[in-house]
Amino acid sequence: MSDQNSSDLFFYLFSVIVAMGLNVLPLSPALQFWNPDWVLLVLIFWLLALPYKWGIFSSWLVGLLMDVLTGRLLGQQALIFAIVSYICLKFYKRVRYFPILQQALFIFCCLVLSHTLAFGINNIHNPAHFGWEFLLPVISGTLIWPFAGMVLRSINLNQPVG
Amino acid sequence: MFAKGPSINTRFLVAVLLSIALLVIDQSSARLANMRAMLSILLYPILYAVNLPSEFFNEINGSVSAYVDLKAEVGKLKEQQFVSDTRLLKFEALEKENIRLRSLLESSYNIGEELMVAEILSVNLSPIDHVVLVNKGSRFGLHIKQPVLDTQGVIGQVIRTLPLNSEIMLITDPNHAIPVQVNRNGLRTIAVGSGHLNRLVLPFLPNNADIKKGDLLITSGLGGTFPQGYPVAVVDDFQVQPNKQFAYISATPKAALDKIREVLIVWNDAKSISLSLPLSIPPTLDGEVLAPVTPVAPVNDQNLKPVEQNSPQAFDQLPKAAMQQGVGNINKVLTTPTTGSEQMGDEGE
Repeated sequence: MSDQNSSDLFFYLFSVIVAMGLNVLPLSPALQFWNPDWVLLVLIFWLLALPYKWGIFSSWLVGLLMDVLTGRLLGQQALIFAIVSYICLKFYKRVRYFPILQQALFIFCCLVLSHTLAFGINNIHNPAHFGWEFLLPVISGTLIWPFAGMVLRSINLNQPVG
Repeated sequence: MFAKGPSINTRFLVAVLLSIALLVIDQSSARLANMRAMLSILLYPILYAVNLPSEFFNEINGSVSAYVDLKAEVGKLKEQQFVSDTRLLKFEALEKENIRLRSLLESSYNIGEELMVAEILSVNLSPIDHVVLVNKGSRFGLHIKQPVLDTQGVIGQVIRTLPLNSEIMLITDPNHAIPVQVNRNGLRTIAVGSGHLNRLVLPFLPNNADIKKGDLLITSGLGGTFPQGYPVAVVDDFQVQPNKQFAYISATPKAALDKIREVLIVWNDAKSISLSLPLSIPPTLDGEVLAPVTPVAPVNDQNLKPVEQNSPQAFDQLPKAAMQQGVGNINKVLTTPTTGSEQMGDEGE
């Protein structure tokens, strides 16, 4: 069991670190608005896959690290990740067995919530600019989800739930 | 299922309260700076890893250049160096003349700026904000509000320092504004970032302002952050808006903000010196002109040699000595073993 635990931890940390790297990847100006929030996608994936293991506080901590990494106000991304995690934990039983498209719709809602909140908090801080570009990562994130959803499905078949 | 520990609602509430507390504290005070610094050290490997491919690519690019290309480049650089040296020679004389004229007006003059070369990490923090990371941090003595330059012009300012790296806000960030003046006539205004890397806007000039396409904007030094006289941008568009209070004016930054890899960070904490004394100075051009002033001038670094050490017999090698010991605007270039030294050329017309 402890072996299982440590391998779970390893995969969790590894995927989160890779996602953090992808989040700050330098892209061309045209592409950078389309870079999805990889970290949030990975967190949602783990929350749906192992909800009894990764909860609100692990997401909160990852959010805090993201705040430091991208130089935002401390607590901003942590708050957002905690909120999205709460929603995922509330609905994971249903979302797991949704068809892929419906799952993607759920992810879409989570991402819209996350990016809108981030934009809102940023603009309390410095109310300077407004543009719809901040919602572009939502689209790319939703388009990526089906792949994650298929992996999730295959994992769930092999693992006892709850 | 959640047999151990508090319920999910309680956890959620605690997390939300904690984040709001953090937000409020971080917004209103600098008490969390230490925590951020420690976490940033923990996260530095991620930034390093993301930066690695582009650095590797540059390294490869540098080491596999053809001999002919390198030779051509060396030739070009030598020529450039020659031109810059000659220009500095004149700059020398002009600066001294400027000091004398200012002393006649009994105004003050700033000397003593130190530079450090830093490299921009190729990571992208946020697509909306124009904030970049450089590889020098508070470990090298960087502090907040330091101006950042490139050989072409002003780039931005330091907005946060972490132990291993610091964040620099570019002048084109929508939240950035820089006090400038038109080089041609001294008209002062403020240039605000537009959110596009190749554009600044000047929103506070009336329709009859004396400004036109092609005017060079330099820092006016009024905000206290940027030293006076560095080129910022060139006006590229001027549209009268008859129905509005202000004209629409935009400018292109002198520095190629999307291409820069190395930047110069400026220490501008030298106090201005009063020039009411040197009225008695004979108007000679050798290195001793400044001699009566130097005792008053607070020299901000031990290594910085006072100007009076430029003896007359050293005058024939002045251009070189001036660039190394620093009589001019830039007194000293701090370099690190990895990055080559860079000299600021005089960017005026």
